[in-house]
Amino acid sequence: MDADFIAQILFSAIKTGTPLLFIALGEVICEKSGVLNLGQEGMMLMGAVVGFLAAYSTGNMAFGVLAAMAMGCVMSLIFGVLVLHLGANQVATGLALTIFGTGLSAFVGSDFVGKTIQGFNPIPIPYLSSIPYLGKILFEHDLLVYLSFIMTVLIMYVANKTRLGLTLKAVGENPNAANAIGIKVLRVRYLAIMFGGAMTGIAGAYMSLVYTPMWAENMTAGRGWIALALVVFASWRVGRIMLGAYLFGLASIMHLVLQGFGWTISTNLLAMLPYVATVFVMVIISADKFKEKLLAPRSLGKPFDPRHMA
Amino acid sequence: MNNTKTAQHISPRLELINISKQYPGCLANDNISLSLMPGEIHALLGENGAGKSTLVKTIYGVVAPDTGQLIWDGKEIEIKSPSTARELGIGMVFQHFSLFETLTVSQNIELCLSKPQLASIGNLAEKIRQLSQEYGLNIDPHRYVHSLSIGERQRVEIMRCLVQSVKLLILDEPTSVLTPQEVSGLFSVLRTLAAEGCSILFISHKLHEVTEICEKATILRGGKVINTCSPAEETSHSIAKMMVGDLAEQEAGYSKKEGTEVRFQIHDLSLSTQHPFGTSLKHINLELKAGEILGIAGVAGNGQDELMAIISGEDSRPVNAHLTMKSQPIGNLKTAIRRQLGMAYVPEERLGRGAVPDMSLTENTLLTHSQGFIKYGLVQWKQLKDYAKQLISDYSVKCHGEFSEAKSLSGGNLQKFIMGREIGQRPDVLICAHPTWGVDVGAALAIHQALLELRDQGAAILLISEDIDELFLLADRMAAVCDGYLSPIVRTQNTNIDQIGQWMAGTFINNQQHDADMLQETTA
Repeated sequence: MDADFIAQILFSAIKTGTPLLFIALGEVICEKSGVLNLGQEGMMLMGAVVGFLAAYSTGNMAFGVLAAMAMGCVMSLIFGVLVLHLGANQVATGLALTIFGTGLSAFVGSDFVGKTIQGFNPIPIPYLSSIPYLGKILFEHDLLVYLSFIMTVLIMYVANKTRLGLTLKAVGENPNAANAIGIKVLRVRYLAIMFGGAMTGIAGAYMSLVYTPMWAENMTAGRGWIALALVVFASWRVGRIMLGAYLFGLASIMHLVLQGFGWTISTNLLAMLPYVATVFVMVIISADKFKEKLLAPRSLGKPFDPRHMA
Repeated sequence: MNNTKTAQHISPRLELINISKQYPGCLANDNISLSLMPGEIHALLGENGAGKSTLVKTIYGVVAPDTGQLIWDGKEIEIKSPSTARELGIGMVFQHFSLFETLTVSQNIELCLSKPQLASIGNLAEKIRQLSQEYGLNIDPHRYVHSLSIGERQRVEIMRCLVQSVKLLILDEPTSVLTPQEVSGLFSVLRTLAAEGCSILFISHKLHEVTEICEKATILRGGKVINTCSPAEETSHSIAKMMVGDLAEQEAGYSKKEGTEVRFQIHDLSLSTQHPFGTSLKHINLELKAGEILGIAGVAGNGQDELMAIISGEDSRPVNAHLTMKSQPIGNLKTAIRRQLGMAYVPEERLGRGAVPDMSLTENTLLTHSQGFIKYGLVQWKQLKDYAKQLISDYSVKCHGEFSEAKSLSGGNLQKFIMGREIGQRPDVLICAHPTWGVDVGAALAIHQALLELRDQGAAILLISEDIDELFLLADRMAAVCDGYLSPIVRTQNTNIDQIGQWMAGTFINNQQHDADMLQETTA
């Protein structure tokens, strides 16, 4: 196994991990505000199909990505109105959103199954891409991968260094107290949910425009769920989310790699690696009761109704 | 502070004119008028449900009044939200603190400031240190709130108001969570503030505090202003009479009893906490005798919750021989078995621990009374309902009926119901936290009588409370907890509020012992 080969594997791991990274970055913002959106898979499929349709009919890739983002926003807004305004149970609503999105995306995209487009081309970054090995791994990607790098840094900065990040954390920890000091809890949560929706939309577009430039029913194959596990895996830390996304990406291409070596392990066994890794990490995290309670946003999944404040 | 020149101490800082607020089924505020001068410390007195909270929430912009005017520094204004209130210079310290535990002190304070305010302050941490020094608050801006004691958290809330150059400070029952020594510290901060021209609105139902610190008092009853007086010219009795209406018999001088045989015992119990913000128990020794009430004082969060949980069996870690009841080790037994052996339990948290919120009062009765009302595996609904009705009338629980859901009752009413239900089991050992917290005077008296009666019938009662006055009133013997240690236990006649106050602050803790425990905890 030579170094070029390893670089090739890591390059693919980043490519595979990118949709996970987008979703998890959006979801971590959503969860920090105290809202658990399990509708990621459905939102992602809708993003993928709408992104593909828009790009296919206009021939404009950027327009496809924007359309997917908008679709993600709309889907998350449906979720937001149900859980924030009408006080519906977040878990049930999220599951419903996934089922809804899976069905609707199959319906909308039925005429486009099997059609292909010319997806995003890789854009090697001048100078940086000529760094030995590292350049190959990090700087010969397409625009959306670079966007995910930028978003990670941006979100890390906003979450940890700005007033906005403080507000978000405050709302997720104790919405009643946040309301009492004049933070508009519902507004913050709506924005967080919609941000999550837009990010998931991009992840969907990444699947149908970059990863496999085509539309197929249920093409996201459970990535929305892996990304949800990833947020817990990373214990709500942005840096760890990036690391985790690439680790999960690596785990899901492992079966290809090992086949290359002539190992005859069932691909089904290897494909479950990310899930096993998640269960494993959850066990480790919950073994330490102290940490478990400190890390998770305190009011995650709990509804907040300002009318009950008086 | 900075408006005193223009106001010249002539016009009131805040004037309320005929404020009314109607809630479904209850007129919370009925034509309330009140005026507050700069530098005045004004008490807002009244029983639970008198409308105090609604009124201050109106001032702080959390609740919008139906009718009435607010006049601030001579101008009529509308306070639409807490942020409007804060911009005007109104600060509020809540009864249940509105701090974020996973943030630092300075982050908590930053969240309350507008961008221009923040910019004008410059270095926030430095400002906090400086104000902390000036008012003797002793706050480190970089500590995480979850590592602070209750008293410290309250000082953070006050600091949060000070940073914004507050002109009116509202405190909602600020002393209920403090040791007597901390209370006097708080009062000196308030006096300094008032001397600088800040108006203070002080909600309380502790009369001696009001007479000590307030120049004026407005007494509310049933949403109406009953009287405005100057506490110095009144007696506690006359003020109490205004609060309650017809004053129930003065609760003083309940007879004290000496217990007989030891009914319940804790031997050298040390147990680490399972909660990141909890307190570990350290070397707890306690003997509870039949026919006595043993009171445990302490500021919330000093190990009371952990102690309650291990006694009741809710914390299911086996501590076999460390707990004995009627000479039998019970430390490994499940909660239900302990109850069968004659233990009853009134937890601090009423909704969720003491009662299931979504279940009716009848169903909630069944939860702890299962034996009597189940025959051949079937629930005897008729008898059960009659019994629930009986409890409701005996303890004058205000509700629609035995079918009401537990969550529809006010805290005080639910407490009356839970106390009644537990006392009704005729337990041998009753473990009871904050029995009258949030309960009105009349009902508190009924609960006191029921507890004393139970004691006289030979039950052993462990009473955990933050209300020292109540402990002195009821307990035959007393102790205090601090930082998970239990003080020596003394007869109530042989101690006084000063000593218990000192113990609540931890003066009884042996330094060497403490160091050894800390060492053990860090190495473990």
